[in-house]
Amino acid sequence: MHVEPFTDRNVSEQSAYYYVDIEEYPVTGWDKFKQVVKRSLKGELFIGLWIVMREMIKFDIHTVKYPMEKLPIGPRYRAVHKLLRLWESGFERCIGCGLCEKICISDCIRMDTRIDENSRKEVTEYSINLGRCIFCGYCAEVCPELAIVHGERYENASQQRAHFVIKDDMLTPLDLLVSGQQKDYPGFGSITPHEDERVAKTPLAY
Amino acid sequence: MDVAFIIETIVKIVVILSVFSALAGFGTYFERKVLAFMQRRLGPTHVGPYGLLQVAADGIKLITKEDIIPQNVVKPIFKIAPVITASTAFMAAAAIPFWPEFTVFGYTVHPIVADVNVGILYVLAVMAIGLYGPLLGGMASANKWSLLSAARGAAVFISYEVITGLSLLAPLMMVGSLSLIDINNYQKGGFFDWLAWSQPVAFILFWIAAFAETGRTPFHLVANDHEIVDGFGTEYSGMRWGLFFIGEYANMFFISFVMAIIFLGGYGDGSIAGAFQLLMKVAFFFFFFLWTRAAWPDVRPDQLMWLCWKVLMPIAILNVIVTGVVILIKTQGGM
Repeated sequence: MHVEPFTDRNVSEQSAYYYVDIEEYPVTGWDKFKQVVKRSLKGELFIGLWIVMREMIKFDIHTVKYPMEKLPIGPRYRAVHKLLRLWESGFERCIGCGLCEKICISDCIRMDTRIDENSRKEVTEYSINLGRCIFCGYCAEVCPELAIVHGERYENASQQRAHFVIKDDMLTPLDLLVSGQQKDYPGFGSITPHEDERVAKTPLAY
Repeated sequence: MDVAFIIETIVKIVVILSVFSALAGFGTYFERKVLAFMQRRLGPTHVGPYGLLQVAADGIKLITKEDIIPQNVVKPIFKIAPVITASTAFMAAAAIPFWPEFTVFGYTVHPIVADVNVGILYVLAVMAIGLYGPLLGGMASANKWSLLSAARGAAVFISYEVITGLSLLAPLMMVGSLSLIDINNYQKGGFFDWLAWSQPVAFILFWIAAFAETGRTPFHLVANDHEIVDGFGTEYSGMRWGLFFIGEYANMFFISFVMAIIFLGGYGDGSIAGAFQLLMKVAFFFFFFLWTRAAWPDVRPDQLMWLCWKVLMPIAILNVIVTGVVILIKTQGGM
């Protein structure tokens, strides 16, 4: 199915939209009686019966047994955040620039940083208050290092919502990184595939 | 009175009570499954194989739930109303033959609690008393929705009593007896002797009225969820509400038996095959109750009244008159 007939909002004879033809409501008793007889004998009721019977026989069940079966979610779904690691070294990608904290419109990100022995900025504390987070995705979008992204974990029932958003929980564990299970691209905030072909180059030539 | 007779009757009562209480429970299971399949869902699946033990889970839940009697209700009436619904539903079963008579160890068993000579009249009358369950329950509940439902219930039940009575009159004139066994035996000859062929109008009318009598979907006005919450059941909880439910489903089974016996030949000649045919017919009628619920919308209360008094009742009276004239001509011609 294509969207064209639905984007045309002008009601005309050519378009997919049309006015439903509703007959006049009966006024007199005799007309009402005729309507009842017509509707009773026309077989509309039996068409209804046939349709539900057909669906029962076809047995084309559309139930997803949720905890056992899950529907696939879009690659750019915005669920609970993840902090990623660098592929080669396993260091945290986060450079402690504080942009996510700054841009967060619900003011739910909080981070503490310090300068470590190698004069690198190190993130000591990082937390997201999920009670406030509106999952707008600005933090992931603004992150210059693709360090914070939105993951696909939407089942966040727990005794404490904070369990999901302490830094240790969001950060990819090292063993998962080594076994290559850190998913890099699909989360929200990461580079889309084939980005080079899609972006026009800055015309420095002229 | 014969001791054997008393024991037999008590056994029959216990069997009918237990079988139909269980069937009423399983009726809810069938309803949920059939409706689910018709709407491309699965229905209950988790408790037991194919969700079959869902009935037990529901029963345990209903029985162990706190029995809440709200403030401002008329307590004795509020408490007794569900009992009226359930008990009248089962009392009505006394005059229904569920199975042809059979012999066990040389003892002939009549699978009917009381073969009274006014059988069908008794069944209809006791089912009509069942009206007092929703009526009193709704009026005693101190809740506007319940009150509306009680008013609707009274209007619908009393109106459709007229249809059941008048539509049954024509076949009863042909049979000449009110006993359901006599009515069954009148159609002994098999498929072409069924009263549904000689009295199609009465059959359809009685069928339509059965939906109103049991409060099933096209006429499901007494507890129409989207208008009046659960109607008379709104303030009830636990097993009191469950009794309303058992009464409703037992009623559906019993009225299916009545329809199958009066119009579709019942158990026919009384053989085992005939008995199983009776069960098949009852199963069809019960399935049809669920089927319409999946397919048809509800009518408005005023439409329901209009249908009853201005369409169905005149047709029923015409049917009685025509039947009478035909019987008269036949008997005169036979003279």
